[in-house]
Amino acid sequence: MENELIKKLAARLKALRLERDVRVMEVCGTHTTEFFRTGVKDLFPPGLELVDGPGCPVCVTPNDFLDRAIEIGKRHNPVIATFGDMVKVPSSYSSLAKEKAAGMDIRIVYSPLNALDLAVENPGREVIFLSVGFETTAPAEAATLIEAKKRNIRNFSILPGNKLTPPAVEALLAAGETRIDGFILPGHVSAVIGVGAWRFISETYGRPCVVSGFDAPDLMMGMITLAGLVVKGKNETINQYTRVVKEEGNRTAVEIMNRVFEPSDTSWRGIGVIPASGLAIRKDFADFDASIKFPVTPPEPREPKGCRCGELLRGLIAPPECSLYGKACTPEDPIGPCMVSTEGPCAAYYKYWSK
Amino acid sequence: MGKKILPGHGSGGKLMNEMIDSVIRARFGNESVQLDDSAILSVGGAKIAFTTDTFTITPIFFPGGDIGTLAVNGTVNDLAVMGATPLFLSCALVLEEGLEFEDLERVLDSMKSEADRAGVAIVTGDTKVVPNGKADRIFINTSGIGLIEGLAQRREIEPGDAIIVSGTIGDHGMSIMALRNSLSFSRGLSSDCAPLNRMIRAVTDQFPKSVKFMRDPTRGGVASVLNEIVKGRQISARLIEANLPVREEVRGVCGILGIDPLYAANEGKVVIIARKTDAEEIIKVLKKTPEGRDAAVIGEINREFPGKAYIETTVGGRRILPLLTEEQLPRIC
Repeated sequence: MENELIKKLAARLKALRLERDVRVMEVCGTHTTEFFRTGVKDLFPPGLELVDGPGCPVCVTPNDFLDRAIEIGKRHNPVIATFGDMVKVPSSYSSLAKEKAAGMDIRIVYSPLNALDLAVENPGREVIFLSVGFETTAPAEAATLIEAKKRNIRNFSILPGNKLTPPAVEALLAAGETRIDGFILPGHVSAVIGVGAWRFISETYGRPCVVSGFDAPDLMMGMITLAGLVVKGKNETINQYTRVVKEEGNRTAVEIMNRVFEPSDTSWRGIGVIPASGLAIRKDFADFDASIKFPVTPPEPREPKGCRCGELLRGLIAPPECSLYGKACTPEDPIGPCMVSTEGPCAAYYKYWSK
Repeated sequence: MGKKILPGHGSGGKLMNEMIDSVIRARFGNESVQLDDSAILSVGGAKIAFTTDTFTITPIFFPGGDIGTLAVNGTVNDLAVMGATPLFLSCALVLEEGLEFEDLERVLDSMKSEADRAGVAIVTGDTKVVPNGKADRIFINTSGIGLIEGLAQRREIEPGDAIIVSGTIGDHGMSIMALRNSLSFSRGLSSDCAPLNRMIRAVTDQFPKSVKFMRDPTRGGVASVLNEIVKGRQISARLIEANLPVREEVRGVCGILGIDPLYAANEGKVVIIARKTDAEEIIKVLKKTPEGRDAAVIGEINREFPGKAYIETTVGGRRILPLLTEEQLPRIC
């Protein structure tokens, strides 16, 4: 049954004859990877182009976040708990991996609750969780702080680096640096914030959107629908991931997130400061804010010479257009974050597209 | 900061290969570092296979085995894939001060029972105790000697040859990853750790001329083995996603963590390259053994993308399976 559906969709996608070039952006880093991994990208008809957007949380985190984490690590000797993706990302002058080899206590965790457990197991040590991610992870981080407060766990804090995706998409549209005809919207993020949070794209900017899941049939159906909307000039927002995504999203998750965090201006790699696109920790939870608990002055941040991650994240170039790609910058010796994260566009190209 | 050892230097990928070339082979010479699982040596007219491996794992006990079962089976399998009959093992223990006797005995019991299962004898050993914090409870080194009776020479792999795997992939790697991080959705996952010498013998006895290459896809998984086979040659390895045997539980954990089961470790599987004409018969033989009941033909050798391994996905798209450099790390969301 599913195989039949897959075959039909694959045939339809392959056979699409577009009356004009269609250039669409996938916002989510998992989509970036899944289009490659499932082989769906290999089926694109001529004229259909997928542009990578600012949807990889590790990639859009600017250098000064890691610089600060490392500076705190050097001065206060905490346990630094982080998602695995962050470990190899170059900071301005080092990386967590290099610091770990030099003796810094860095542990990989799979959820902020694992980090809280570490704090309970190590009462004599401060445990700092590097809180990077979008609306998908922020509720879990908020819930962890609520739990930490309730249990009065004082040796735990997070370094806030969470970001909100709709303001970044709006910033790209407002800047208008590159033509984007439509958007494949992130399924998991939309499950939290709801389809409604994206309607401004079609209403204000006149671009069609499709909220898509991550399986091969989701991806194929999403592209067929979106290409159709673009060609017909229909500015609609369609939810094709209805088994997970609701119009209003997950209100409980949003409420938990809002209890702990509030929107703040924050800097995105390559894009710069976007108003109200970050999540700062509210005053009630300030005791758990590592940036307040451990004030440090990291060295002046710097960008690696020649790295074009910033342009990539704005949809201006594809990975192979960067002169470092695959030569000086590879997954084993990355220069920019987009080559590190499993959701990074450069890593996805390098891993899956090196034909 | 001077250059330091990173985890990637031990994960079987590019970084490790570079280190072997520039640091180890540069000193010990080419003869000393063979890319195969065992060295093949001639001693007084007999041909023997000789191999060694050191085992460290956290946690030391896991569903489906422990560090002792790994230490015996890892070495037995490295001999078996070379076409050798494993005969003798050594056992060197590095114990951390404070290790419970009960745990040590449990590990040694496992070693004894796996050695019996494989039909090998543990004949020599060594024990060291290091201060608290200088080791992670217990490290084990085993070396193994096996006798090669038939021809151990590898035959030329050619386009058209079948790629066979002896069972479900990624079971060991994903069960350890799930356990290490107490993932609540890991029920039903279990390591596949097992000695493969009897299963391999069953195949090589019946198809001595057909089997061209065997390797156990441990660290780095099936994708890494295939990359080694095609690297620098005018052939490519084509896998068919729909044919890959992957347990539902493994698929689930891989999906959530963003990890490809083709790169996850196995401790009781073998990849076999064999003549296409015998492939189905080999599968029948494998399926009759307890370790090979989920065996499948997962692809073939061709000339499509020389030097590369690639996969045809269920949608009919193709993507490259590159040689990955490091352990895969779970993603953020």
